[in-house]
Order: sequence, then structure tokens, then C-alpha cells
Amino acid sequence: MSMLIDVRNLDFSFGSGELTLPVLKNVTISIHQGEIVLMTGPSGSGKTTFLTIVGGLRQAFNGSVKVLDQQLINSTEQVKVKVRQQIGFIFQQHNLLKSLTALQNVSMTLEMYNGSSERERLNQAAAMLEAVGLGDRLNYKPDQLSGGQRQRVSIARALVGQPKIVLADEPTASLDKQSGQEAVRILKQLAKESGTAILLVTHDYRILEIADRVVELEDGVIKD
Amino acid sequence: MNLIAWGYFPARLAWRQLIFDRTKLIAAICGVLFACILVFMQLGFKDSLYASAASAPLKLNGDLFLMHKQSEAMWRPVNFKRSELMRTLGHPAVAEVSPLYLGLAPFKNIETQVKRTLMVYGFDPEAQLFNVEAIKNKRGELRLKDTVLFDESSRPEFGHIRPLLEAGKNVTEINDYKVAIRGLFQLGVSFAADGNVVTSDLNFMRIFPNRNAGDIDMGVIRLHPGTPIKQVQAELSSQLNEFVNIFTYDELLEYEKLYWANTAPIGFIFGFGTVMGLVVGLVIVYQILFTDIVNHRYEFATLKAMGYQHGYFIRLVFATAFFLAVLGFIPGCILSIGLYHLAESQMFMPMPMTFSKVITIFFFILSMCTIAGFLAIHKLKAANPADMF
Ligand SMILES: Nc1ncnc2c1ncn2[C@@H]1O[C@H](COP(=O)(O)OP(=O)(O)O)[C@@H](O)[C@H]1O
Ligand SMILES: [Mg+2]
Repeated sequence: MSMLIDVRNLDFSFGSGELTLPVLKNVTISIHQGEIVLMTGPSGSGKTTFLTIVGGLRQAFNGSVKVLDQQLINSTEQVKVKVRQQIGFIFQQHNLLKSLTALQNVSMTLEMYNGSSERERLNQAAAMLEAVGLGDRLNYKPDQLSGGQRQRVSIARALVGQPKIVLADEPTASLDKQSGQEAVRILKQLAKESGTAILLVTHDYRILEIADRVVELEDGVIKD
Repeated sequence: MNLIAWGYFPARLAWRQLIFDRTKLIAAICGVLFACILVFMQLGFKDSLYASAASAPLKLNGDLFLMHKQSEAMWRPVNFKRSELMRTLGHPAVAEVSPLYLGLAPFKNIETQVKRTLMVYGFDPEAQLFNVEAIKNKRGELRLKDTVLFDESSRPEFGHIRPLLEAGKNVTEINDYKVAIRGLFQLGVSFAADGNVVTSDLNFMRIFPNRNAGDIDMGVIRLHPGTPIKQVQAELSSQLNEFVNIFTYDELLEYEKLYWANTAPIGFIFGFGTVMGLVVGLVIVYQILFTDIVNHRYEFATLKAMGYQHGYFIRLVFATAFFLAVLGFIPGCILSIGLYHLAESQMFMPMPMTFSKVITIFFFILSMCTIAGFLAIHKLKAANPADMF
């Protein structure tokens, strides 16, 4: 099984000089193809920071962070953009584009790539929305959807590009128990079908059972 | 990435975001429309001013023109000696010369008796100084004592002269001197004079008893056909007294135009008004684009996290600016056409809506929106994908 994420001895701090705030300390973790890893830990322990570094959204300088065989430590913007394009992101807030319908929102992922026609993109997006149970909501705008439906649209948006990795940061935090579990169940099912690896940050203990592996971060250190 | 995806996708998103919030879109369009109308009106008045300023000299029939150096424009001339004009007859290329007398005087409305100032042109009827058929044809009448011809394009405040003439009521007063109107012609009003009459040089002296035939306002010189005008101009100006200007026809037109552009601050005022209109529009569009970026910063950051690059958002901002320019310009242009008609019918000023003016102003508005876009894009830095989680 190939390794998609390989992090070794990652150190990261915010600020500089007197005000330096170390957030990640000597973090080492690797994630394989198709693996579902949950990261838990108290608030402020550095989970989000870790996710933004692995996702190519934040620059780190010490250690080694290899994602899809690209070294992200001291990388260029170009490398980070390339990595981002191969990752599906699911945010705590759904972060859909308000002016676009569910279908158009999901298509935004596909518009970054060449080759496909408008019809192909829309068909693909519609099939993905169908898969998350929103086949009857294709032309609804975000403010016409419930919180759980919106989060499922953003799951569709993350998965429609067939990424090898999905990064999710507390995707159930703003949802009630039932729609949260529903969203995570769909995510797991679709990921397993396509062999996508998932790194999911949460402190929602109700969803731990979906994981292949759970790691705990405390004060920037991974506990065994 | 192909060109369609390069420009079309960000433009499409810009369009979808624009039409999503109709209230804001209408406010934005009103801002551009406002700037548009301001610029159209300022430039319309300016062109109209220049066109009307040149309406009298445009019809003058001569090759070279003498004016006192202190004459800033035809409507406010400084006299010089007729002998100065006569001296030019010594040059072999000069065929004939004739003096033109100019004066502003109150004209009494035949019906209402209200007086209003107009321009009086006095010259020898035989000299045919104006290239206007109606004036040429009436040179017999012009020779009669106390006779004038009236410019039909004068403002209506002078009275409805054509029906009055047909009814036989043709006597009025200019400068409190009784004259009879014996014909009509069309020359056009200017910012300096609301109306015009032409008369003979002898009648001119009767209307203006303080003037004498030896002091002239302009000298019109005609050369033998085929002589090089520029060369004669140079030779004459070396012989003439230094206080007179000698102009060619084109130079005279330019001189009149430049008076309004520069000496009279009017050209400046309209130019200033144009710039102010564009600045106000720029500020409005900048404000709209800026708040638009701020309101969408989380959405942009999300797209950046998905792998969209900075250039995509720059193209999106410029596409928004372009749409605002077009959406504001179209109603602005249509409204301005209406306002031009209104100005022509109510103020009797020539305000033609030319195609080149429409194109010019569209590019002004487009540049205005583009500059606003350039000023606004720095705000895109607020969309930082690392802050998305
Ligand atoms: N942009 C930032 N600048 C400075 N400090 C930050 C920033 N983001 C997070 N931190 C700090 O880093 C630590 C870890 O934060 P975070 O990664 O968000 O933790 P978690 O997601 O586990 O709650 C916290 O102490 C937080 O205050
Ligand atoms: Mg967090």
C-alpha cells in the first residue's frame, strides 16, 4: 500500500522571537491509501494547524511533510497549489458559494481541470450529489438547504474530483447528532468505494467508530 | 488551461455573484450610470460650446484675417486702424480687402418690447463677407438705409421674427436705433451672443453712433486664386504693425476655439467636470468592488484552498468591473441621448450625439472601472486559505 501522507519530525510555531508559540512538536505520522484516520485532542492542541500544513495551506519550515510525493516544507506556492488541487477539503463551516446552486458549487471543483465539457461536469456533479442523497436538491442555493444538506453538498464538492486524500476539520461540529452521523457515514462509504484516504479532525466522540485508526494530539505532541 | 477556461470561468462566477444580490447590483449600476451621464453632459456642452464659438468665423469668406493682438475673440474685439488693412493691398498677391465691424447691442423684441443683447455684423454688402446664400441674395436690401437681416437660429427670446415679417411687422430697435428687418438667414448662436444680425457698414455706424469707419474690428483679405496663403501670410506679417495678428482661416477657427478652451475658463470648467464625474464614478466602483471582495473573502479563500490560483480572482474582479461598466453605460448612454435632445430643444445649443463620442465615453467609463479594479485587487490578500479551518 502506497503512502500518501508522510510526516516526520514536524515542528511548527506561530510568531517569532519572544512571542514564539510552539504548536507542533516533533510530529511523525503517515497515512496510507484508503485509510481513515481520526485525529482528536483538546481544543488548542494544534489539530487545525496540522491539517493546514498537510493541506498545503500553511507554510512550515522544519521537519519533513511529504504529501502525494511532494515535499511541502519550504515549498513554492506552485507546489502547494498542485497538492491542494489533489486534495478534497471539508471545512467546519460548509463554505459553499452563496450565489451558486448545489450543482454549480460541486462543479467548481471540476472547472479547475481541463478536458471535460460543461455537460460532463454537470453530469458528474449531479451524480455525486445523487450519491450524497441530494439528487432532488440540485438547483437549490445554500440558503435554501438545511445545515446537514449543506455539509453533504460540501462532501460532494470535496469528493467529485476523485481526490486521493480528503482533509476534514470538525465536519460535524455545527450539525445535530443525526445529520452529523449521516454525513460521516456517507463520507466513509464513498471514500471506501474509491480508496480515498481521510484525515478527519474531530472531538466528536460519537463518530470515532468510522475510523481505521485514531491518533490523539495533546499540546502539539502525538500520544501513543 | 485553455483560454475559455482562463477568462470565461471567472467571468461567469463574477456574473453569477453580481446578479445574486439584485439590490446591490442596481445600486452599483446607478453609480456608473451617474458618472456616465455626468461625462456625457460635460463633454456635450464642451463640444457644443466649441461648435457654436466657431459658427460665425466658419462662414467667413476670406483667405487671411487681421485682428488686433488684444482681441481675445471675435465677440470682444479691440479696434485697429482701417489703414492697417489697406496697407496690405500693396502686396501683389492681395486681390481685395474689406473691413468687418462687430458690436454687441440690445435688440428690442417686437412683441414684448424686452431688450436682449445680440451680435451685430457690419460690412460692405458688395464684399460678400459671409458664405451664406441668404445674406448674399439680400445684398440689394442690405444697402438700404436702416436695414438689417436677422439670424433665424437666434434664441426665441428675440421674438418669432418669421411670422412677424410675414405679417408686415418688421420694425424694431437695435441700440435704441430704429431699423427694419428685411430678411432672414441662419448662422447659429454661441455662448457669447444669443442672436445675430448683419447689416451694411453704413448702417452699422448709424446703430453705433460712437463708432467710425476708420476703426475696424477685423480685416478680411482675399488673395488671387492659386497663391500660397502661408507664404503671403508670412510676408504680410513682417510688414504689418506688431499689434495685429494675421490668421489663416483655420488659425482663426482655432483661435476662437482656444479662447473658450483657455482664456475663458469655460473649457476648463467642462474638462474639470468630466474629470470629477470620472473620479466620483471611480470611487463608487472601487467601493463596490472592495466591499464585494470583503464580503466574498471566505468564498475566495475556500476556492484558493481547493486549488484556485490568485490570477483567477484578479480576472474575476476585472470581469465584475467590466460588467458594471457595460451595465451602467447602456442606460447612461440612452438617458444622455434624451438629455441631449432636451438641451437642443430647450437651450437651442447644437448637441449632436456622435458615434465617436459614444465610443470615447465608453472607453472613459471602461478605464474608470478598470482603474477601480486595479485599486481593489490588493484587498484579495484578505482571502487567506489558511484561515479557512
Ligand atoms: N493564525 C494564528 N496565529 C497565532 N496563533 C495561532 C493561530 N492559529 C492558531 N493559533 C494558536 O495555535 C494553537 C493551536 O491552534 P489550533 O491548531 O487551532 O488548535 P485546535 O484546532 O486543536 O483547536 C492555539 O494555541 C492557537 O491559539
Ligand atoms: Mg481547530
